Order: sequence, then C-alpha cells, then structure tokens
Amino acid sequence: MATTSTGDIEKTKSVEVKKKLNVLIVDDDPVIRKLHEIIIKSIGGISQTAKNGEEAVNIHRDGNASFDLILMDKEMPERDGLSATKKLREMKVTSMIIGVTTLADNEEERKAFMEAGLNHCLAKPLSKAKILPLINNLMDA
Amino acid sequence: MDSLAAQLQMQYRNYILSLYQQGFLDDQFTELKSLQDDGSPDFVAEVLSLFFDDCVKLVGNMARALDQTGTVDFSQVGASVHQLKDSSSSVGAKRVKGLCITFKELCEAKNYEGCVRCLQQVDIEYKTLKAKLLDMFMFEKQIVQAGGIIPQVDIN
Repeated sequence: MATTSTGDIEKTKSVEVKKKLNVLIVDDDPVIRKLHEIIIKSIGGISQTAKNGEEAVNIHRDGNASFDLILMDKEMPERDGLSATKKLREMKVTSMIIGVTTLADNEEERKAFMEAGLNHCLAKPLSKAKILPLINNLMDA
Repeated sequence: MDSLAAQLQMQYRNYILSLYQQGFLDDQFTELKSLQDDGSPDFVAEVLSLFFDDCVKLVGNMARALDQTGTVDFSQVGASVHQLKDSSSSVGAKRVKGLCITFKELCEAKNYEGCVRCLQQVDIEYKTLKAKLLDMFMFEKQIVQAGGIIPQVDIN
C-alpha cells in the first residue's frame, strides 16, 4: 500500500491491528462474574466488571466508557438489569447489550427485558458456544 | 510411561466419571474445565473457591431468614435460593442446583418445614461436593508429582 509520510504509515498500521473486544460484565454473583471474565478472555477479549446495574450506569456517567459489549444480568440489587439497560440507552450508550436471564424467567419477563433495549438475550449458564456467534456478528459489523 | 503415573491417571479418570455418573457434576463442569489453559492455569480452583464461599454466605442467609421469630419472609429466603441456583448451575454442581429448584418451589408454597429440611440437604450437599472436588485436586497434584499429565476425561 502506498503511503506518503510517516504519519500515514502509522495510521495504516493501527487500522490493520485487530481491535480487542472490550466487554463490561454486570452481575451481582462473583462466581458468574469470574466465569464470564474467563469466557471473554478465552476468545481474546478484555473485560471490566460491575456488581450491579447502578455500578454499570456509573461507569458510563462521564461519557468516556466505550465497551463493544455489555453482558447484563437481570436480577441484581440496587439497580436491576432492566432498569440499567433502559438508563444506558437513555444515556445514548450504543454498545451491544446481551441480557443474561435464567430458565425460570417466563416469556413476558424476557420480552420486557428485550424491550428495555437489549440486542439479544441468553440464558444462564453462558458458554463459549452460546456467546461466540453473537460476538462474531458484532466483530464483523 | 511411569506405571505409578499411569495408575493414578486411570484412577483419576474413574473418579471423575463417577462424579458425573452419581450426579454430582454436569456438562457445565466440563465447560469450566475446557476454559482452563496455560493462560489461566488455576481458573477452575479459583471459580470453585468463589462458589463455595457463595454457598457459605447464601446458606447462612437462608438459615437466618428461616430462623426469624414471627412471620418468615419467604421471598427473602427465595432470593438467596435463586442466587445459589444460578451459581451452582454456572459451575456444574448438578445436585446442588437440583435441590435449589425444589427449595424455590417450597419457598413459593411457603412450606416452612419443607424449606428447613431442604436447607439441611443443601448444606450437606455442597459440603459433600466440596470434599469430592478437593479429592479431585489432590489426585491431580499426585499425577503431576508422579511425572504424569492430567488426562482429559471424556464423559460421553
């Protein structure tokens, strides 16, 4: 590829480097936070965690947070996943948000969660096989 | 291969298979093991340690909620049961998860005696699993000390 200056060469190099997936994991359970951290690491991503929806919202308040993906648990103290998702969308957060529900959640509950602003919903427990197709679509977009 | 390491590997395989056959573990545990690699060599031990800490905390919460004089707040009990169900499901602790499903139904039915009995079973079950998994880690250590590698166990 032809370049005219050092600046152009540096810009070309940075465009070619594959961006690491940056994920926010929101769950009140430390076991699940750890599991999701390692799943994200195993697919080459990096992650930050939040213990509940309120922490997730606070991380975004200064406008500098930039996550490709947010894994959002539904049932959490202080601020649940539904409320946190709504708030993040009000704050114009455009990250892909995947809601993480349990099998006990009924169809109405899942629908309400989706309508809060999720891109997708997955049931616990998460696995690489469940999450990889969604992430591949995200990275291709 | 050294015969001691080979013998330990065979015993380890049989032990792991028995944990699945007896219903202590399910496929999610296999998933957990598959995530452990050179970059995260102690991942399974770390996540199980968090899980058993969770068990102590949540069983304590359930016991306190059921021990209230006057009216028991079954939704409070149920909230802790729900959390334990989620975390046991995430590590493949099949029997603990199964008990939590039953326990949740008992909470919804406000069945006090049933809840107390179920709590006792949950307490026994997670402690039993913990002992069995400690034995598993001991086996792994012995295999490595004997110069062998920890075998992948095909549970299908």
